[in-house]
Amino acid sequence: MSDKKPKNRRDFIFTATAAAGAVGVGAAVWPLVDQMNPDASVKALASTEVDISSVKPGQSITVVWRGKPVFIKRRTKEEIDKARSVSLDQLKHPEKDEDRVKNPEWLVMLGICTHLGCVPLSDKGEYDGWFCPCHGSHYDTSGRIRKGPAPINMEIPEYVFLNESTIKIG
Amino acid sequence: MSDNNYTPNSKIGKWFNDRLPLLTLANHLTDYPTPKNLNYWWTFGGILTFCLITQIITGLVLAMHYIADTKLAFASVEHIMRDVNYGWLIRYVHANGASMFFLAVYIHIFRSLFYGSYKSPREIIWILGIIIYLLMMAAAFMGYVLPWGQMSYWGATVITNLFSAIPFIGEGITTWLWGGYSVDNPTLTRFYALHYLIPFLILGLVVLHIWALHVPGNNNPAGIEIKKPSNDTVPFHPYIVVKDAFALLLFLIVFAFFVFYTPNILGHADNYIEANPLVTPAHIVPEWYLLPFYAILRSVPDKLMGVIAMFSAILILAALPWLDTSKVRSAIFRPLYKQFYWILVIDVLILGYVGAMPAEGLYLLIARIATAYYFIHFLIILPVLGLTEKTNPIPLSISEPVLAGSAMATKSLEKDKIENNLKSLG
Repeated sequence: MSDKKPKNRRDFIFTATAAAGAVGVGAAVWPLVDQMNPDASVKALASTEVDISSVKPGQSITVVWRGKPVFIKRRTKEEIDKARSVSLDQLKHPEKDEDRVKNPEWLVMLGICTHLGCVPLSDKGEYDGWFCPCHGSHYDTSGRIRKGPAPINMEIPEYVFLNESTIKIG
Repeated sequence: MSDNNYTPNSKIGKWFNDRLPLLTLANHLTDYPTPKNLNYWWTFGGILTFCLITQIITGLVLAMHYIADTKLAFASVEHIMRDVNYGWLIRYVHANGASMFFLAVYIHIFRSLFYGSYKSPREIIWILGIIIYLLMMAAAFMGYVLPWGQMSYWGATVITNLFSAIPFIGEGITTWLWGGYSVDNPTLTRFYALHYLIPFLILGLVVLHIWALHVPGNNNPAGIEIKKPSNDTVPFHPYIVVKDAFALLLFLIVFAFFVFYTPNILGHADNYIEANPLVTPAHIVPEWYLLPFYAILRSVPDKLMGVIAMFSAILILAALPWLDTSKVRSAIFRPLYKQFYWILVIDVLILGYVGAMPAEGLYLLIARIATAYYFIHFLIILPVLGLTEKTNPIPLSISEPVLAGSAMATKSLEKDKIENNLKSLG
């Protein structure tokens, strides 16, 4: 042991020990934190295929995807026109209807109010789209927020048309 | 405190106490000098201890029959209600016990607000109390989820979604809380585990709360420092023990009324419908004890700001010892504060009422005014009032108002007391 700088050497050992200890504690805690994230069985249910052949214009069905409701609405001509005639500066969360659908007739979106997660009621509200009974958010025929506390439009999940009558969500 | 020189009488008692001084502790608790003028508002500490123990015991028993699984939870609660011996009684005591617990804690908190019990040197007692209150709300919320009815499910959805308001990491936190992409089985099982844990955390904090209380001793209706022990104090046992027990009996009459005559009046009928992720009930309403904060949440039109306002409404209480600048503790000697105190009480009751009503039209307007006033009370009125209010003269001791006639005879003694009181008030 050197007599000249015993203190610095000790300081280094203390710091190194504390750092190694912190890394060790962090590594030990992480599994305890991460176990709360979605597990493999939850993730395995990540996609759903839906038969839409029986849905008539103006009708909407609700399917469950990842434990959440997904609205699949076959929109009428008027509903599509209504959604597309709105100018973007009237919207709280400006999004074109064209960007929210793959096929204008079919609106596929998460049926969850972006405020606090309630399920909005269809064909209700001041914009003839959806209305959330929990805290009074009004959505239009494109599922865009028009009035009320919800911050953004209802979400569009990932989906593809597998063929004429089947949609795969997720 | 005079318990340091306590020695047990019996030989075996002395032998034991030398190794583990439990008897010293017991002696401290019995002899503990308590202000002699404590009124019935001071009995709620004991009542709250009773509530906590009741919740732990009934909860333990319910846990022997309840099954935390989304497919079985609702049925297992009905099984408790119909099949388990006295299951209906135990569950109704537990469910109404939560309401009684909050009723008592609100009286306890408002007693502190009236008599200035949060002020120096009792800030730590107060902050521990706020933490206990927060944990109580967490435990009550998770407990309400366990029966897996419609209100359980949608209450859980709304409350966990509050965290999604946090910018950037909000969504991740919500998914992490859920253990999935919505409230589901992983959410139920973890809420059950935490619901079981939290009462024991509260128990630990209650010990600290009482420990911190026993350092300066109780505040009292006069809000003055007193000499302990003196002719201003009585020993905790038997005086306070008997008074607390009597108050507890009166409280139990109210408790029993709810359990036996209207066991469901404080709950919501929708919670007797099993949880359905596809149908939201028309009005999601939390339990009555959370309504004022729910009203604050809904009164703000912006999602993130609403959440911030709601949490601030609770956390602002922790800063109260520093927001209230008045040196005088008890509202008895603060003519203006006394009036603002009652306005605050009414304000909170109004918030509770509009929290139960739909968030629209006049209700929304009232909620906004009441929310604004709530914050004005703590952030503007209290700091300003403490500096400007002309307070009434405070007594020299608890005995003084009674013995005022003989005050002249002990003038020099009182001079000491005046100085002591001035010192203690800083």
